[in-house]
Amino acid sequence: MCGIVGLLVKNQSMRANIGQLMMPMLIGMTERGPDSAGMAVFTSPVDANALKYSLYAPTADFSWKALEQAFNSEHSDQVTLAVKGNHAILTSAVDSTKVKNWIKQAYPQIHILSVGQSIDVYKDTGLPADVAARYDLPALSGTHLVGHTRMATESAITPAHAHPFTAGTDWCLVHNGSLSNPNSLRRKLQHEGINFETDNDTEAACRFLEWRMREGDDLKTALEHGFDELDGFYTLLMGTKDQLALVRDPFACKPAVVAEHDDYVAIASEFRSLAHLPDVKNAHVFEPSPKEMYVWKV
Amino acid sequence: MESLKFDLENTELRTVNQYLHRPAAELSGKSVVISNPNGAHNIAVGLNAEVNVTIDGHAGYYAAGMNQLATVTVTGSASTGVAENMMSGVVHVKGFASNAAGATAQGGLLIIDGDAGLRCGISLKGADIVVGGSVGSFSAFMAQAGNLVVLGDAGEALGDSLYEARLFVRGNVKSLGADCEEKEMDQESRNILVDLLAKSGHSEVDPDSFKLFGSARTLYNFHVDNAGAY
Repeated sequence: MCGIVGLLVKNQSMRANIGQLMMPMLIGMTERGPDSAGMAVFTSPVDANALKYSLYAPTADFSWKALEQAFNSEHSDQVTLAVKGNHAILTSAVDSTKVKNWIKQAYPQIHILSVGQSIDVYKDTGLPADVAARYDLPALSGTHLVGHTRMATESAITPAHAHPFTAGTDWCLVHNGSLSNPNSLRRKLQHEGINFETDNDTEAACRFLEWRMREGDDLKTALEHGFDELDGFYTLLMGTKDQLALVRDPFACKPAVVAEHDDYVAIASEFRSLAHLPDVKNAHVFEPSPKEMYVWKV
Repeated sequence: MESLKFDLENTELRTVNQYLHRPAAELSGKSVVISNPNGAHNIAVGLNAEVNVTIDGHAGYYAAGMNQLATVTVTGSASTGVAENMMSGVVHVKGFASNAAGATAQGGLLIIDGDAGLRCGISLKGADIVVGGSVGSFSAFMAQAGNLVVLGDAGEALGDSLYEARLFVRGNVKSLGADCEEKEMDQESRNILVDLLAKSGHSEVDPDSFKLFGSARTLYNFHVDNAGAY
């Protein structure tokens, strides 16, 4: 199974509360995905020359202060980490490759969950309610978000295997379903010099689509290539700096429901996750068609 | 008529379903309204009494599944498998219905005012389904008996591996499945169509605007030559 939620807030005054609006959506998908949960939220972008990195430490007692000091003495930048337990967001104008390589060498146990100007990613194992409490997800603010609850079918239950998956910058993807050709996709992408962090099928789809866009495809063309290359069952929900995009496989094996309201667009695997949105009675509720692309802009 | 209200915001679904499973004599003629369904699964499944149930909102998976005798109305949309394996009675979805609506239903009438998703009436075994909008791909796959009426369009592979069900479509059919072909509208079929349009609130719709599809009977088990194999 697995559950998907997405929310794009059109009403500016509601953006500060996006985390609270989202919470019943995520909790509503608990039965579909009790193993792990994750959330990517897109906030107003950091300075044009900077990037932010969502970092995950495998232990709760990790010293972010030490990492912060080490980073600052190693680089010309003076950064302050925004820490929530074993999660921290590092914002820096230092060259991205340098930052990633430094983390990899100095702190190999730290996992970089996302890189971008707008994206923050939180993901971990456990019930959605527990993961949300661990990272204070109700306090999130932002323009749009992409969330997931996981019931693992094809690879291990670890924080790294939880969704959302990210690649490149300001790009994330969550998946309900299973792919039958992730290994051939992975081999193909490895020939393009693309590295993988897990053996998860969704990571293959995530890196494939991000690669297509880096090769010059717009989102729509990348997804068309996706229909040709991705074999299996899927509802995919993707987030970019200013867009949410949704597709279902040609056989609509996996569910999705959308509620479009003047104030927001909400997407979920089932209506249960939309039921508690404000004034949802007056939203246009519909089921997206298979093999069609739905894109909503901020 | 006695009327009862349940609010799923503060009542366990199991309590509601247990009430609806009381002996038929107790329930007969009663009217039950279930508010705030909020996409819960298995609402009003397995009913076996002449009771009127209104699900006021959006229903989750398998709403009114295995229905017998009851009349169940969903004022919003219904998710996967609404009225699956219905035996008799009426299920009316005023919004859209997701995949596999009316799957394997053996009797009764399923009315969907909006669109139905993929595999509507899959393995239909005798029930009648009227869809006010369009149906998705693989609808009436292996349908064995009964009638499917579609006022809008049909997706790909309509009636694939069809047995003896009748499929009436007013709009376009994207493609026909294996062994499904257009048939001439005979008087008996036309009468069935007129009756179903009237029962489903579409009596103003011209029955001559529909095409009839049925089985070409060319698959293995329709060949008399194969009878000797048994």
